[in-house]
Amino acid sequence: MTAPAAHARRRGRHGVLPWLVAPALVFFVGFAVIPLIGVFLLSFTTWDGLGAIQPSGVDSWRAVLADPGLPHAIWITFLVMLASWAVQTPLSILLGTFLAGNQRYRAALAVVYVIPLLLSSAAIAITYKALLDPNFGLGAGLGIEFLSQDWLGRPALAFSLVVFVVSWQFIPFHSLIYQGGVRQIPQSLYEAAAIDGAGRVRQFFSITLPQLKYTIITSSTLMVAGSLTFFDLIFVLTEGGPGDATRVLALEMYKEGFQANLMGPASAIAVILVLVGLALALLLRRLGGKDATQSQFEGA
Amino acid sequence: MATPISRRTVLGLAAGVPLSLAFSACGTSGPGGGGGGATYWFLSGPPQEGIRQGAVDRFNKANPDTKITTSTFLNDPYKTKIKTAIGAGQAPTIIWGWGGGGLRTWAKAGQVDDLTSWFDQNPKVKDKLIPSSFGPATIDGKIYAMPCETVEPIVLYYNKKVFDDVGVEPPQSWDDIMALVPKFNAKNIAPFSLGGQSRWTNMMWLEFLFDRIGGSEVFQAVFDGEKDAWSNPAAITALTKMQDLIKAKGFIEGFSSITADSNADQALLYTGKAAMMLHGSWSYGILKEQGGDFVSGGSLGYMNFPPVEGGTGDPSDTVGNPGQYLAISSKASAEQKDIAKKFFTSGVLDDTEVKDWIDSGGVPILKGTQAELESSQNADFVSFIYDVASKAKVFAQSWDQALSPTAAETLLDNIVKLFQLSISPQQFADNLNAVIGK
Repeated sequence: MTAPAAHARRRGRHGVLPWLVAPALVFFVGFAVIPLIGVFLLSFTTWDGLGAIQPSGVDSWRAVLADPGLPHAIWITFLVMLASWAVQTPLSILLGTFLAGNQRYRAALAVVYVIPLLLSSAAIAITYKALLDPNFGLGAGLGIEFLSQDWLGRPALAFSLVVFVVSWQFIPFHSLIYQGGVRQIPQSLYEAAAIDGAGRVRQFFSITLPQLKYTIITSSTLMVAGSLTFFDLIFVLTEGGPGDATRVLALEMYKEGFQANLMGPASAIAVILVLVGLALALLLRRLGGKDATQSQFEGA
Repeated sequence: MATPISRRTVLGLAAGVPLSLAFSACGTSGPGGGGGGATYWFLSGPPQEGIRQGAVDRFNKANPDTKITTSTFLNDPYKTKIKTAIGAGQAPTIIWGWGGGGLRTWAKAGQVDDLTSWFDQNPKVKDKLIPSSFGPATIDGKIYAMPCETVEPIVLYYNKKVFDDVGVEPPQSWDDIMALVPKFNAKNIAPFSLGGQSRWTNMMWLEFLFDRIGGSEVFQAVFDGEKDAWSNPAAITALTKMQDLIKAKGFIEGFSSITADSNADQALLYTGKAAMMLHGSWSYGILKEQGGDFVSGGSLGYMNFPPVEGGTGDPSDTVGNPGQYLAISSKASAEQKDIAKKFFTSGVLDDTEVKDWIDSGGVPILKGTQAELESSQNADFVSFIYDVASKAKVFAQSWDQALSPTAAETLLDNIVKLFQLSISPQQFADNLNAVIGK
């Protein structure tokens, strides 16, 4: 941290700077904190979404914690999180590095790669569902035996498919982040490496990847926190099925609240979801070291 | 300085889903539907959607000052949407539904109007309808909804052409069904089509097996809240037979990823990829509209579900929807309620709507329509449905509609697992015994 920056911060304490955070704070309190308190209170009640809200102590919590569906849903949520992270991160880094080049054709490809990001999750899910229909989908239409699998009807296949579609949708986004990260790496590092005789692969592993450390943490945090809220895509694609093979925590909460009319237990699940999300976010920050938000780029 | 990824962002992301839950919790006030005329939500999809819309259009034309605006939804999303809308005080004036357990929760919460006295004052409206259609509309002796549209028993459809090609006869019993399964499979034709992801589609099978094996009293005991009613030996036998059929590859491969809302299950039957299908009487309209010359060419066969050897149930029994139901939101304005009642009196099941339903293969819940049914272009099918519905010793309501939403959700969930063979009949019974009466 250089002196002018510290000076600016000191001046800001008495000036206009704190006020700049006000709009975000209002939204955050209005759309996150207050509903969160509401959900927390609801988790100690019995409510079917229609009638009067009856306080019922820890009944909902007891019901939720005793339900074997909860550990299963948490397990599935973590599996989706891990698998989609493991698929997305390497591909996004490679794509991002590739797109960071200044060649014309890479710019053109970048535009194509971003397309999945423009589509809504529901539309993506409906499209994949139609394409993968074992009887009337792509496989049956083109007569390709391999594609005519029961994609959404077998637990392992359905799970893999969810991870695939999630990755397909979000790799463009993370590629963009990595593209920005790679472009910030000072060219001088590569020049020095080239003089030392390092090839492109060596440069990638010895310069690009270490320099991307904080970008990786940023992107991973977004992936992990985002994967906790995967709902729309899975809901439309598999509805948590077959059985409960893809029933993540968010889906479990929805089904409990809006299909079984048990708002109390659904709120308890929501609270668990928030706690898990917070714990993961804190963990990731720890992993990144104390100054995870600071840049190590020279001059930045 | 690199852009920091703050805790705040993460918290915001993590809180994203609970938000939606809390929003619906907050919105408990507000007018139902908005100003001006009445609102009416119903299910989309041909041919039913057009008939419903037609009735509203004629009503609006005849009553330009008191118009009804409509919105349409797919079957499965609608069930959630309407519940949420009612809970949030944003229900339409006229609420389309299936009566039974769902209507009961709305009535208990005071969200729909008691129409008993209105029916007493308007005997003409009440008396033109088949009395049995009022069953699912009646909660604790009070009528909370106007029965409408058609009686919809579930029947066994089959593709005659496929049966001819394979050289077999339609099944007369459960053993026949089990004997047919390997014959169709040998020709690479699925014995039964099934839209298993929709869950209630699987349920129809259990409804019939329970009834044919143990009689209507088996499920009645569940409905009445008797302890351990699912452990009835007849129930266990039915669940075991169900899994036997699944293990014998009785259903199309991949059934658990097929949804009924997409009508892919219907397509399997009319394209000949599947030989048979257990489905509601509304399927006829879909098969006719989407199946090319499948219906007009005489390839469609249908029958009541056959008896099961050794079963004590009456083979005339059927299950399904004794009618559809229109409730009036208690949150609607007096003006909107008047429009709704006017629609009930003059709009619902007017002559054109009755004709439209019959032309689509439906049997309106109106008294004295035999002549019209027999002279219609679908005479064979509608007369068959009329017979099934009127001669049934017991016409049971679909389980998921009869039970409370809480019990229904557990039921549907476990049915899927049963069909996936991931739980045993005994586990199924245990899981459901736990929610009896809830």
